[in-house]
Amino acid sequence: MSLVAPQHATVEDVVRDDAQDYLWTLNFGPQHPATHTTLRLLLKLDGERVVDAVPDIGYLHSGFEKLGEHLDYNQYVTVTDRMNYISPMANNVAWHTSVERLLGIEITPRCQYIRSIVAELARISDHLLCNGAVGLDVGAFTFFLYAFYQREVLYDIFETLCGARFTNSYTRVGGLMHDMTPLVIEKIRAFLRKFPKTLDDMDRLLNRNKIFIDRTKGVGILTKEQAINRSASGPIARASGVTRDLRKDEPYLAYKDFDFQVCCAPAGDCLARYLVRMAEMRESLKIVEQAVENLPAGEINVGINQRTALPSKKMVYSSIEGTISHFELTMSNRGFEVPHEESYAANEAANGELGFYLVGDGNDVAYRARCRPPSFIHFALFPDLIRGHTLSDIVAVLGSLNIIAAELDR
Amino acid sequence: MATTDTTTLQALQGRFPAVTTSEFRGQTRVVVPSESLYDVLAFLKNDRGFDFLSDVTCVDYLNYRDAKDRFGLVYILVSTLTNERLFVRSFLNEPELAVPSAVPLWEGANWLEREVWDMFGIKFVGHPDLRRILLPPEYTAHPLRKDYPLQGRGERHNFPVLARNSA
Repeated sequence: MSLVAPQHATVEDVVRDDAQDYLWTLNFGPQHPATHTTLRLLLKLDGERVVDAVPDIGYLHSGFEKLGEHLDYNQYVTVTDRMNYISPMANNVAWHTSVERLLGIEITPRCQYIRSIVAELARISDHLLCNGAVGLDVGAFTFFLYAFYQREVLYDIFETLCGARFTNSYTRVGGLMHDMTPLVIEKIRAFLRKFPKTLDDMDRLLNRNKIFIDRTKGVGILTKEQAINRSASGPIARASGVTRDLRKDEPYLAYKDFDFQVCCAPAGDCLARYLVRMAEMRESLKIVEQAVENLPAGEINVGINQRTALPSKKMVYSSIEGTISHFELTMSNRGFEVPHEESYAANEAANGELGFYLVGDGNDVAYRARCRPPSFIHFALFPDLIRGHTLSDIVAVLGSLNIIAAELDR
Repeated sequence: MATTDTTTLQALQGRFPAVTTSEFRGQTRVVVPSESLYDVLAFLKNDRGFDFLSDVTCVDYLNYRDAKDRFGLVYILVSTLTNERLFVRSFLNEPELAVPSAVPLWEGANWLEREVWDMFGIKFVGHPDLRRILLPPEYTAHPLRKDYPLQGRGERHNFPVLARNSA
């Protein structure tokens, strides 16, 4: 069916098709327990079979990119928390990686390692939610609880690290909010010890479960050609046999120091996406372990003479350099030296390539802060993946794409 | 860091002499006249292996220092084989805010171009479904333009009022 429509057509006009009036039109969302977030699908059904699906998004549009033109490089990190709120740490890291590329700041080795650790923990947290929700939606409630218990452990680590469970805002230009304390490292080590057992349990619960495999195998197949041509990235592309992983292909932070595998599967169905995510969590554990055990000593922020990282409170109150630097960085138009240039930096976030295209105009506020949101690009795949499957497969496909509406709509 | 192979740039400039290149922090940009944008993109995809369209976006240079043009489109291309990354720029001015759509080359351009239309009002000629994507269809403005304020312009009066039984 072609979807050629005038520019002011509503989504209802698009699905209306009088020649095939025997088809049912079903509204799925915007508020439905199985969408997990606020998004809407208009489905055309022939009995239980989905003939076509038209996504209607924008319910959660909050103008994040416009806000990025009015908040400075340190303030905007709080907005990135609210994009993919399942793995806010990864968004924080991605945002400041982009800012530092634009400003030309080289962060310290310790900061690189800590950022890699939190980004990988965020990936585990994201994959746990995604796979847990797929399990929940196709009827595996125990699996979901196993996943959510471990997410709670991760939240506890983040809370110890930066004081916030959910909206971390942990990174700063040129550094981090706090250094890692021994308690955090102890908690991460405990997680590294205990979590593989849970992963084994989760594998045993679902990997050979007939109901789960019947619901996911062969459902929502994305071929390799489609995945590349339609800009899919992250675990969704890798589950279709694309071997692309920015951690290997365009190494950033400290990833070139770590020994880990890129997890791929050829099938491209919901089961493959589930298996890739399960395997990636084990690889993330390997990265976190190597990073924690080889954490370099030294400063987390770039030097105070560079005038880019906010000095610690102790420095602000006890030294003249600290006071001046803090003053300069927090006053508008006195802070960073920003080139009249544009740059893009992408990170391999849990969902795929998360990048920010930044335009600097000399001001400490970005002239343009474009976010490349993986959820947005992956949701565009959805109609093709679901066509021909049944109504009950929608939740499996939607879950395996891991659509986070806050990132989808920004 | 993902740089662009010099042979790619040489081939591109040999084929399209009007293309200019520049580099910043190891990222190569090529500026393409909007008339030959589609041909350049097709050349890069079919002959130089840029099979992955990472992003399509736009920048409004209304108040930007030394800017000669109003809008600058950005196409971020990646080759999944060689991991090259290339930034293709094309500048547009009112009233000719239209470029050929890249959907025939990369299907991934579909929603990205819809978002650029929605936020900046740039038409993509030949796009299969150029409707607004994030904002409602009744919306009349393009809010990421620089002449659109962050606060203070209520858009609700443009929306139709629905009675309870007509919703």
